[in-house]
Amino acid sequence: MTALAPLLFVLPALGALANLLAGRRANAWGHWVGVAAVVASFVVGLLLFFETLGLEPEQRSREVSLFSWISSGTLDVDFGIRLDPLSLTFVLLITGVGSLIHLYSVGYMSHDPGRRRFFAQLNLFVAAMLILVLGNNFVMLYLGWEGVGLASYLLIGFYQDRPSAATAAKKAFLMNRVGDVGLAIAIFLLWLELGTLQYTEVFARIGEVPSGTVLAITILLLLGACGKSGQFPLQSWLPDAMEGPTPVSALIHAATMVTAGVYLIARTNPIYNLTETGRLVVALVGVVTLLIGAIIGCAYDDIKKVLAYSTVSQIGYMILAVGLGPAGYALGIFHLLTHGFFKAGLFLGAGSVMHAMNDDVNMRHFGGLGRRMPITFVTFGLGYLALIGFPFLSGYFSKDAIIEAAFAQEGWQGWVFGGAATLAAGLTAFYMTRLMIMTFFGKERWKELKAPDGQDYHPHESPTTMTVPMIVLAVGSVFGGFTLSAIGLYEWLAPSLGELQELEGGALPHALVPWLVVLFSALGVLVAYLLVGRRPTPVERPERVSLPVQAARRDLYADAVNETLIERPGIWLTRALVFVDNRGVDGLVNGVAAGLGGSSGRLRRLQTGFVRSYALSMLGGSVFVVAALLAVRFA
Amino acid sequence: MTPLNAPPIDYGAIAPLLIVLGGACVSVLLEAFLPRHQRWPAQVALTVLVVAVAGVTLGVYAGSAPAAGVVTLGSTLAVDMPTLFLWGTLLVLGFGSLLLIADRSVEPGGAFVASAAERLSVGAAPGTTTGATGVDPEHVDRSYGAPGEAPTMQTEVFPFTLFALGGMMAFVAANDLLTMFVALEVLSLPLYLMCGLARRRRLLSQEAAVKYFLLGAFASAFFLYGLALLYGYAGSVRLSAIAEAAVGTDRSDALLFGGLALLVVGLLFKGSVGPFHTWTPDVYQGAPTPVTAFMAACTKVAAFGAIARVLYVAFGSTRWEWRGVLWAVAIASMFIGAVLGLTQTDLKRMIAYSSIAHAGFLLIGTMAITPAGVSSTLFYLLAYGFTTLAVFGVISLVRTADGEATHLSQWAGLAKRSPVLAGVMTFLLLALAGIPLTSGFTAKFAIFAAALSDGMAPLVVIALVASAIAAFFYLRIVVLMYFSEAPENGPTVTVPGAFTTVTITLGVVVTLLLGIVPTLVLDWAGAGGFTG
Repeated sequence: MTALAPLLFVLPALGALANLLAGRRANAWGHWVGVAAVVASFVVGLLLFFETLGLEPEQRSREVSLFSWISSGTLDVDFGIRLDPLSLTFVLLITGVGSLIHLYSVGYMSHDPGRRRFFAQLNLFVAAMLILVLGNNFVMLYLGWEGVGLASYLLIGFYQDRPSAATAAKKAFLMNRVGDVGLAIAIFLLWLELGTLQYTEVFARIGEVPSGTVLAITILLLLGACGKSGQFPLQSWLPDAMEGPTPVSALIHAATMVTAGVYLIARTNPIYNLTETGRLVVALVGVVTLLIGAIIGCAYDDIKKVLAYSTVSQIGYMILAVGLGPAGYALGIFHLLTHGFFKAGLFLGAGSVMHAMNDDVNMRHFGGLGRRMPITFVTFGLGYLALIGFPFLSGYFSKDAIIEAAFAQEGWQGWVFGGAATLAAGLTAFYMTRLMIMTFFGKERWKELKAPDGQDYHPHESPTTMTVPMIVLAVGSVFGGFTLSAIGLYEWLAPSLGELQELEGGALPHALVPWLVVLFSALGVLVAYLLVGRRPTPVERPERVSLPVQAARRDLYADAVNETLIERPGIWLTRALVFVDNRGVDGLVNGVAAGLGGSSGRLRRLQTGFVRSYALSMLGGSVFVVAALLAVRFA
Repeated sequence: MTPLNAPPIDYGAIAPLLIVLGGACVSVLLEAFLPRHQRWPAQVALTVLVVAVAGVTLGVYAGSAPAAGVVTLGSTLAVDMPTLFLWGTLLVLGFGSLLLIADRSVEPGGAFVASAAERLSVGAAPGTTTGATGVDPEHVDRSYGAPGEAPTMQTEVFPFTLFALGGMMAFVAANDLLTMFVALEVLSLPLYLMCGLARRRRLLSQEAAVKYFLLGAFASAFFLYGLALLYGYAGSVRLSAIAEAAVGTDRSDALLFGGLALLVVGLLFKGSVGPFHTWTPDVYQGAPTPVTAFMAACTKVAAFGAIARVLYVAFGSTRWEWRGVLWAVAIASMFIGAVLGLTQTDLKRMIAYSSIAHAGFLLIGTMAITPAGVSSTLFYLLAYGFTTLAVFGVISLVRTADGEATHLSQWAGLAKRSPVLAGVMTFLLLALAGIPLTSGFTAKFAIFAAALSDGMAPLVVIALVASAIAAFFYLRIVVLMYFSEAPENGPTVTVPGAFTTVTITLGVVVTLLLGIVPTLVLDWAGAGGFTG
């Protein structure tokens, strides 16, 4: 049975290849190949899942070595697969949600001339993501990591004619590079200390590594996670990534790829278990991000950006959870799964709204759409309730568990983590209610407006290929949380993540926390109703707003900070180097020459072009090398 | 008078070298005695045959070669496992470059002609009549092909290439500094000439050739002076003798380290390591693209093969003294390449800066005085050579009426017009950036791992940062090809002839294979160490 495992990522890869190579001939059927590849992969995933479920818990982690990838001397890297509860959980999420979103895209992209290219890239993404979670060593992880980054980059820039798409793609790539360097350094540190990169060996021997190095590794891994998952301070690429087609936002930038950071930390839990400081940093990053995301989400009018900041904030919850250590790894994965369902559903709903509204994303132009598109309204509404943690829907189970665990921390941490998470839950309820009211309720503001292309709006329900995935995801959003906790997700994950620790004590009694969270959420809904629902929504964005709103509209100045700290110095460095390379050396020559007076003028005329300055640069380098070598020797 | 005893020669070991140099001599004869219209087919057949036979001979010898290697020809040449690997690399890459050079389909008559006026006899493309040298159209030299007829290609480039290749092979096998110096000149002189052979943009090409020659002479002088100092120190030019002297004597180290510094400067120049890189962008841009491909792939191999040998054999024991300095050089090279590459607007110059950054990575590999350091450097050279060869092959295909379109803006929106070419280029650029499943990743990984285990962790961190920066400018080209609007009078993509197609395909396939199944080649690269 395990022999089937490579098919998981081979099938989508073949789908991508078929779509790329078949050329225009495949325009008519290429997308169905793409759908079939992912569905087939999902079926293989299910088979493996049920087979694993039949095994004893101790035998559920299996390794499949395909071939020896890099092997020379001390370097030995397998191209191998690790089938264990954690990776299988991700496989089912990726291929399951992936199948639905592929199906949805058939309808969503039906008018797009680049549909075949789109499916090729989407399949490529699925293949890379599966390699990321299935690899049994850090190099495979890195391979998948770069692969999903590349696919995400290509898909963000899918609408080639929009300059904003190209800029967003570039930003995503750059910020991900920062994270990737962190990940790469962490991997090399592990190799340096242990001489192996297989998970099993690394985790078995991580105790031999000095504690300072372990801390460094955890921080560097976290940097990688921050880049990929849009966590503070690398969060600002994710909202911009919404320039991509909406199915991409749903699959890559909500349900799967952006959760790779959570996967990374959960997967390397034996390393994080060794360093309390490392975990604390993780939790702090999560808390800061979940607040930032929730605050900024309140200020945007762009429906996809609100959802994007909501994603940033929800991943903040997951990162907080895995930062809590053995008490939180499984909770983070739990929230990741439920979030995968309802956030994908919300994005598909948003895509359906955009489909109906001539690709407009400004919620101020919407209003009263609930009556026009009932299926979208109901499925979106269920996703909304799940996200704000309405009792007994899926978000309620997973988010509350995280907040409880946060409050259960000792000392100031319990109050800070729990308090921030509760506050953000209230904010989440506020911005999502605002989004619901502006989109589906109230006056039909679009009636008096023209679309950007000059036509009237004719909102209509979307075709079946789009509504079916939305319905399935909505069902998942309603029952997912209950089902997962009923069938024992925590016990299932235990072989990969360790037993979930139940914490006692902490800042607040456990019984109180759900009430508190529900209270805050209800407050958020109420405030949104009072502020947005009871008053007509202006079609133009009001410019005279309070300072916090201004700050939130500018992403809490994240771009400004990046520009000052990184972009400007980078540009200066480049300019300085160019200057030295082009003119600096020459200027030096001219200066010396001027000092020598007239004779130099004649000499200079004998020399052509810039060869003299090239030679001078070489001479400078040589003098440096000679002087430095002698200095090292005789100093 | 003592009788002169001829030193024993292991002909089997040095056969590939002899075949290439012998072939070069035959090639000169062909050039002298064949009628003009027969030269191209004869020269192509000869050079391909020579390289192929040399390759087969090498393969046969390598099958039974002693693992420790042999030192032959009066201990001037060391034919050990790294030598064999480098020879193989040089021959394969040289073969690819020769195909690019021989291709006549991309541009009538190929990229090489005799004189500026030659272009006029083509009488084809508009815009070419304004010859850079301002030759009067009335006095057209028609000796190389009648008007209206396809012009014949200037074929001196073939013996030049073979001589350069032979020089490179001797260079990486040289066991003493004097042999190395002679080989350096043998490989450099043909290269200087080849740079000036461009069919179009003649002035740029000739300027590049002169610059390369002047700076090359300057670097040779450094090398020679270093050689002299080292002879003064060790009393011998043999690499192993220098190593022995460095351990066993109490002579002043000033000679040793002064000599090392100057020697290394000469070698770093050839490898286009910053800050000795200044010639690289101009020469890469000015030289005919097939020649640039040859230089970028093969010269790099030769230079770093020699650097690795010198550092390993002669200066292994003194590494703690010189390593800090080379750290600085490697860092400078990586950052000069990565940062300045960002601001380039010409594709060939950009790839030149990329090669400077790669030189920095390669230098890291040669600094690791361990078997892993040697094998990872050899592997990197092979991987980088193939990728860069294919890159230049692709560049030669994108043309306007005035010749190659190397300005970045001309590559905008190319993916729409030629998705296959854009796809191939994207793949190659990803390999240069070091994305997994390409040879670039495996090669970088191997070098960084070797450097780490030899105690160079901070340098590896810096290198990772530099490679992240460099990834950005490869990406710029990808962005441009896919996400930008094509200009009005954009370039056309020429359908490549068989020769260019073979080279590009070879480069892409090897880049992919070395990314997925590198083990076999890594084993070859690690089969044995340098011998003294």
